[in-house]
Amino acid sequence: MTDLNKLTLADARDKLRAKEITSVELTESCLAAVEKSGELNAFVHNTPEIALTQAKAADARLAEGDAPAMCGLPIGVKDLFCTKGVPSQAASRILEGFLPEYESTVTQNLFDAGSVMLGKLNMDEFAMGSSNETSVYGNAVNPWRRGNDDAKLTPGGSSGGSAAAVAADICLAATGTDTGGSIRQPAAFTGIVGIKPTYGRCSRWGVVAFASSLDQAGPMTKSVRDAAIMLEAMAGHDAKDSTSAELAVPNFEAMLTGDIKGKKIGIPKEYRMDGMPAEIVKLWEDGTAMLKAAGAEIVDISLPHTKYALPAYYVIAPAEASSNLARYDGVRYGHRATLAQGDGITEMYEKTRAEGFGHEVKNRVMIGTYVLSAGFYDAYYNRARRVRALIKKDFDDVFAAGVDAILTPATPSAAFGLGEMNDADPVKMYLNDVFTVTVNLAGLPGISVPTGMDSQGLPLGLQLIGRPWEEGDLLNTAYALENAAGFVAKPSQWW
Amino acid sequence: MLDLTYETPKPKVIAGAKHDWELVIGLEVHAQVSSNAKLFSGASTQFGNEPNANVSFVDAAMPGMLPTINEYCVEQAVRTGLALNAEINLWSAFDRKNYFYPDLPQGYQISQLYHPIVGEGEIIVDMAPGIARKVGVERIHLEQDAGKSVHDMDPNMSFVDLNRTGVALMEIVSRPDIRGPEEAAAYVTKLRQILRYLGTCDGNMQNGNMRADVNVSICRPGQYEKYQETGDFSHLGTRCEIKNMNSMRFIQMAIEYEARRQIAIVEGGGKVDQETRLYDADKNETRSMRSKEEAHDYRYFPDPDLLPLEIEQAWVDDIKSTLPELPDEKKSRFVNDFGLSEYDASVLTAESENAVFFEEVANGRNGKLAANWVINELFGRLKKDDKGISDSPISPAQLGGVIDLISSDAISGKIAKDLFEIVYTEGGDPAQIVEDRGMKQVTDTGAIEAALDEIIAANPAQVEKAQQNPKLAGWFVGQVMKATGGKANPKAVNQLVAQKLKG
Repeated sequence: MTDLNKLTLADARDKLRAKEITSVELTESCLAAVEKSGELNAFVHNTPEIALTQAKAADARLAEGDAPAMCGLPIGVKDLFCTKGVPSQAASRILEGFLPEYESTVTQNLFDAGSVMLGKLNMDEFAMGSSNETSVYGNAVNPWRRGNDDAKLTPGGSSGGSAAAVAADICLAATGTDTGGSIRQPAAFTGIVGIKPTYGRCSRWGVVAFASSLDQAGPMTKSVRDAAIMLEAMAGHDAKDSTSAELAVPNFEAMLTGDIKGKKIGIPKEYRMDGMPAEIVKLWEDGTAMLKAAGAEIVDISLPHTKYALPAYYVIAPAEASSNLARYDGVRYGHRATLAQGDGITEMYEKTRAEGFGHEVKNRVMIGTYVLSAGFYDAYYNRARRVRALIKKDFDDVFAAGVDAILTPATPSAAFGLGEMNDADPVKMYLNDVFTVTVNLAGLPGISVPTGMDSQGLPLGLQLIGRPWEEGDLLNTAYALENAAGFVAKPSQWW
Repeated sequence: MLDLTYETPKPKVIAGAKHDWELVIGLEVHAQVSSNAKLFSGASTQFGNEPNANVSFVDAAMPGMLPTINEYCVEQAVRTGLALNAEINLWSAFDRKNYFYPDLPQGYQISQLYHPIVGEGEIIVDMAPGIARKVGVERIHLEQDAGKSVHDMDPNMSFVDLNRTGVALMEIVSRPDIRGPEEAAAYVTKLRQILRYLGTCDGNMQNGNMRADVNVSICRPGQYEKYQETGDFSHLGTRCEIKNMNSMRFIQMAIEYEARRQIAIVEGGGKVDQETRLYDADKNETRSMRSKEEAHDYRYFPDPDLLPLEIEQAWVDDIKSTLPELPDEKKSRFVNDFGLSEYDASVLTAESENAVFFEEVANGRNGKLAANWVINELFGRLKKDDKGISDSPISPAQLGGVIDLISSDAISGKIAKDLFEIVYTEGGDPAQIVEDRGMKQVTDTGAIEAALDEIIAANPAQVEKAQQNPKLAGWFVGQVMKATGGKANPKAVNQLVAQKLKG
């Protein structure tokens, strides 16, 4: 069988269990796709030996009839996850040469469930960015192109490598992380599914921290069903992460009935931004109509503090980042600058961090340091925390009023060209997160589902936001939307 | 039980060139929690291990590592708070204090700035029998210790030892209620005593397991009382903080020096800068630690890796029910139950091991006699050998045995001291030793009478003199004691001598 790499997780799983294929065959197919994918720059570190070892082990388990959820399924892992003995650099020069002696809880959970790791995936440096252009490895490239235009487009970010790899069928699925939209925006830009679960659903242990109170890992997959399968394997309480929830993980896949009759779907008026492209407006209206046709009740809702979300996010996230990134000081691991005679510890810090961090990371560390500094703390950080509480309350009120899920656009536009934002005000880049950051601030689950195309043939996605801890219900609504939208387009292979 | 009542000590007054000045002192004591593992990691806290032997991935701040709270350390902070009659905050939270230093791998210290686990409490600081200062405790919070930077091993390199990194500290912050160098030392002593009673900190100052930052300011007499009435700090002088003191003696010397330095500045028309200073014991002076430009902005903010620390009142109550008897209660009880002087009670309760030893000796015996023997004979003897009570070669039962022999008039006080020395050096059952070695006091009046009769018969001239001047009877007593090898019961001898000389 050819093109096994094009399978979904669910289909591959079924074929493996039916002994139609082996994990080694599946893995080799993916590894071949990895080899051919250089132009996409999605994989930044390949681990074929690990993949084949895991595939063989998976085949042995399959032969014994002991096949856990992800048994034998090849995936890619975002470079933000620490993987034992495998370079884990968060796409930053400052972690040059760093080989963790530990495995992140999420990747360990995936391995325990039988997953096969093909390698590490490109991303924005320390997950800071929306275009994958801040990576020390250079940007990943979106497999989608505008019509016959050769211009390379961004896969989005920060999980750009993950999105590109899944969209291009290089791997069956990938891990992502989402601090302000880093799973959902790239998923929307590449026509795949990405879910950010409720904060606390997936352990953050072993995931390089960007903004601790916002970071969550999640799956990036070819279908909603795959997202359900993979999220279940990733999630779970972890005593090593104090913010991990002590809750049982439901069987998400079993909740995918596609039946959303009587579900109340909220359409927040504040997300109808001024100057929103007509295509996005239409996508949203179409999605609304699809859910209504599937039996859901559509209600207009208000999330009044939405407009303050982006500014609050760009205070809180950099504040936490400025502190989280202090450990990259050249003392114990990673990059250390070559020092001149007479240089002391201050010079070592300054030179190491000047060389090790890229421009965007430095921007955010400086913003974060500023907003936490004496005299500004109340005006910025504390005020942003209060805004955050209000945003959370907006959602609480809506859910308390009986709304089951909220439908919004995932992004304000389709994928843009690489380099297009180079000269733009950084705030323009930050606007990519305008529909997604509220979800992180409120700690809610949010999923991006591809539901349409723009006039240039680029995929567009809608976002569904769910009640906390009800990813199963959210996935089911997303499943109904996916069924109704029938998005099956794939990028034509040019790489 | 009766509470002991105290008078407040007078504040220390230093005469400047122009005026008299008083001191106002507040202390921040860092006490290392006696725990096996660190505050947020499972690494060992064992002192004296090879450098960097006690380091987990969390302590080394490896990427993606997260802190998880050590419940035992929380319990010790609560226990300490309860012992200081402090408010226990069922809701507290951890904050990050951000600064760069090689022995601080995270680039921040996890501490509790905004919401400490323990609130207001107090400590009675004994200065002399009947005189004590009540010092308010503002708060106790939990925080991580830093590691150690070593700069003198190599001319070009610095080294870092992370063994201490992340070890749990309780920072115990006093109110500015301390009024002199001696009171400051006494405060630390008392706090150390309480912590050792509780077992929440071993109080080892040499190893740095307990150290203090000392805040010193000066004011004119009367100003402190105004501050107390109003709570307005502007009545007091500008304070300077002397960092990291780990000796009672240096604490006192540093305060004395610092107060005089401030007096000289103010009397010279200058202003004291609020700053952090270091004490140099070799030169006996304090020096500014960093200039204003170098002052840190710690950018405290709530640690997003840790949820607020919520504890249950029932758990606090459980801890409370297991608190040991504390020094003040014990002292008071010793005074009331054993009839001891406050001074003796203080000596015996200074260390809980001493108090336990004493109680075993004193139980069922004369408390004062037991106290005398424990304090004067045992402590003196142990001190001579440079031993602590836990190394005492003589057990409470043995010492009790010696005392029993005194109380039953089986041996005299003088013989008892010999007996003590024998038991101390050779061991054994005191009663048996007395029996075996014939040390028993002769209370048999017949034997004493026989000896006395012999002496009277042999010394008629002395008898005559003594009959005229009864004060000379002592000579006969001495002779009888000599004749009986010191074993005669002195009381019986006295009686008999008096009787016989009367004729």
